[in-house]
Amino acid sequence: MNARLLPYVLILPVTVFLCVFFLYPFALVAQQAFAGDGGFGLENFRHVVSDWKFPISLKNTLLLAALVVPVQLALSLLMATMVTRMEKGRDLVLYIWTIPLGISDLAAGLIWLAIFDQSGFLNSMMAGLGVIDRPVSLLNYQHPGIVLAAIALAEIWRATAIMLVILVAGIGLIPKEYYEAAEVFGASPWQRFYKITLPLLRPSLQTALVLRIILAFEVFAVVAALGGTVFPVLMGQTYELQFALNNSAGAAAMALIILGISIGFTLLVLRVLRVPKGARI
Amino acid sequence: MAQIQIKNVAKTFGAYQALHSIDLTIADQEFMVLLGASGCGKTTLLRIIAGLESATTGEVWIGERRVDHLPPRDRGIAMVFQNYAVFPHLTVFENIGFGLRMQKMPEAEVKRRVERTATLMHIEQLLKRYSGELSGGQRQRVAVARALAMEPDVILMDEPLSNLDALLRLEMRAELKGVLAESKTTAIYVTHDQVEAMSLADRISVMHQGHIVQSASPIEVYRNPAARFVASFIGNPPMNFLPATPAGGGTWTVAGEHFQGPKTDAAGLDFAIRPEDVTPSETGLPATVRLVEPLGAHLLVTFAVDGHPFRAVLDSERVIQPGERMRLAPQKGRIRWFHPETTQAVS
Amino acid sequence: MTASPINTAQVRKSGRFLFQASVVLLCAWVLVPIYFLLINTLSSPETVASFPKPFWPEFDLGSLSFFANFAGMLKALKNSIIVASLTMVMAIAFGAPAGYALSRFDFRGKETFRVLILLTRAFPLPLLALPLAVLFIRTGLDDTLFGLALVHTTLAIPFAVLITFSLFSGIPIELEEAAWTLGCTRFTAFTKVVLPLIAPGIAASAIFAFVISWNEVFAAAVLTIENRTLTAFLLQSLGTSPLHLKFAGGFILVVPALVFIFAVRKYLFAMWGIANR
Repeated sequence: MNARLLPYVLILPVTVFLCVFFLYPFALVAQQAFAGDGGFGLENFRHVVSDWKFPISLKNTLLLAALVVPVQLALSLLMATMVTRMEKGRDLVLYIWTIPLGISDLAAGLIWLAIFDQSGFLNSMMAGLGVIDRPVSLLNYQHPGIVLAAIALAEIWRATAIMLVILVAGIGLIPKEYYEAAEVFGASPWQRFYKITLPLLRPSLQTALVLRIILAFEVFAVVAALGGTVFPVLMGQTYELQFALNNSAGAAAMALIILGISIGFTLLVLRVLRVPKGARI
Repeated sequence: MAQIQIKNVAKTFGAYQALHSIDLTIADQEFMVLLGASGCGKTTLLRIIAGLESATTGEVWIGERRVDHLPPRDRGIAMVFQNYAVFPHLTVFENIGFGLRMQKMPEAEVKRRVERTATLMHIEQLLKRYSGELSGGQRQRVAVARALAMEPDVILMDEPLSNLDALLRLEMRAELKGVLAESKTTAIYVTHDQVEAMSLADRISVMHQGHIVQSASPIEVYRNPAARFVASFIGNPPMNFLPATPAGGGTWTVAGEHFQGPKTDAAGLDFAIRPEDVTPSETGLPATVRLVEPLGAHLLVTFAVDGHPFRAVLDSERVIQPGERMRLAPQKGRIRWFHPETTQAVS
Repeated sequence: MTASPINTAQVRKSGRFLFQASVVLLCAWVLVPIYFLLINTLSSPETVASFPKPFWPEFDLGSLSFFANFAGMLKALKNSIIVASLTMVMAIAFGAPAGYALSRFDFRGKETFRVLILLTRAFPLPLLALPLAVLFIRTGLDDTLFGLALVHTTLAIPFAVLITFSLFSGIPIELEEAAWTLGCTRFTAFTKVVLPLIAPGIAASAIFAFVISWNEVFAAAVLTIENRTLTAFLLQSLGTSPLHLKFAGGFILVVPALVFIFAVRKYLFAMWGIANR
């Protein structure tokens, strides 16, 4: 076959596939979201935004992301540096730490439900320690703080692994000589982390954060399993609009709002963690 | 008969012209070395001959066939790669027999040929191993054996020794020369190492910025460089150059001294002499010693002659101190002249 | 400048202890919640609802058999496996050639293509299930496993492309070129040289695609009604199903994850290392 045509032949299936199942439905969502009585309009947006639940779900989603993402960043950085200093048992520890990567958000929600449920392990433990004498219902309207904590813990537990993997891979790309050179010039372990690992890890940090932030705005099943209606989030509202309220135009508008927020934060991360060309490894 | 003809071959990558209309004929059974610094186009030219790269314009002929539109497998070539490219999932035997089996050769013949070439390359005891269990030198031998087993018309080698350490390189160089001479194949060998080029080549093509600057026997390239680039690229240390002004009648003034040179009406020429072709004497170029580097067999002395750096290779018995003034007499018949604008040799 | 040697040795020793303790603690942080789920799964339905909880499993298969006998649950499990398998095959069949093209060729439009792929990865894809639901009704793909597999393939494709891209990039092009000079066509060089070297990596990325589909909740819930997958089934019965059913279902969801991550552990990091660039 002609070598000039071959790459196009190879990427053709994916391109067609993505056009049909990604670009086209995306256009449909947009069209549906902007469709109104007089053709084009912002009514759907006005409608979903004016819903009393919208500000709460927006606030909840942002709050959750603000709580979860920084903790995950710190935790995954800590774990990644620990892994690189490990000699014995590195593979086993890495395997254990990456297990949540394969666990769905729904399963993660259920796992933490087993802990926070009224007959769950947290209640059992507190009873064992004599803090309470009969089981308390934790995941309800009376304890919004506990609901938030449970959801945040489940999210941190589940989705730190993806950042860990990206960061471990990134640290693996940094040549050892840089650390040796820094050590020769008298840098302490903390300085080596701060002056070498962090700056050279910027591309990986970028990827990890972008991916993680996008997923944070898509949080859905964990919340459904743990919070139910106590803790409305954007994605849950979209689901409700589509099914409970049969308002697919509203759902489309919500989808675009989520997308807009995701893109905004992605651009912010890319800008803040910008790596000048030529300063890469 | 596998004479190779390269006719008017050029190659551009986007706006970058990697090769400028190359014409080259390589005789049957000739050992041709393409020599040049990295980025001069030598590897591109080799890959065009192999069919791994297509030329933008021009023709490649191997024997009586025009091959530039044929895939590599139909060109009757075999190639040895810089990083060996020994297949890691196959044993040494399977590696050497790979090409033969692709030709659907009977298994008995495959075995005979693999064993013969393995013996030739002294790896007959490694046939069952995988490439991960071999040293760099052994991998190199497998790569050469794999190419030889094809009994190709042409064998192409892309810096095959550059990844070996110095001692091993010396050993493999000598071995390659013997094996290839015996196999009677036409060989094209790419290298940036001039010593390798000198020792292996029947003919060297010196390449520079996508041009072949000179194509001649190793001694000719060394003694009579066709252009200033060749003179400054070949030889370690390279030739010395000094500006010369005409004194009339084919006589030229260099650093105040008169030398007999070419009869041209040029406003000036570059006088050139190899460092080993000057001797300290009563007459000659006035020189001040700047730096003395003892190299064992001789001394490498850097002088200033008329304000220009000038190197000479002198006997290590001599005691020379920086700052010392002396005169250096060029050996007769070894002086070369280059035109300063065209940079071509003038005689 | 007179730090006594005993002192520094002590500091180092306690530092190492602190390090090991944190490693153990972080491992426990991951494992203990899964262990709790395991206790619940291997307990009788009565124990699951009882209080206080035991901290070791009683190895009662009551919950699991209840799960197995719950109407539609086994079918949902089967559906999940079918959709994930379809996704796995399609993602690799479409993704791997593109990964190969990205690693081996420079072609016009390569950057645009890469951006399209990255865009797909950086997009809340499950949202696209909404318009696709309408589209599928028109084409008769609504509520079919194949239709859902198509959406999951869209989710898995960017990963499949980027992972296979990094895998192919890890194989020196010289190996292929050597094969060409030794009598191979592009195709036979691929099957005889590249494929044997890359097969384990391809298997790993296929497993990755399987897990992506296996775990996906939103699109599955939106696109299937009769033919629900396990995640869709569990999600839609969250409000009504008893606890032991939820936990048994959750456990069934987790098990393949444990196995799969173990199977692909060697490739996880290599995959991300290059896919990042």
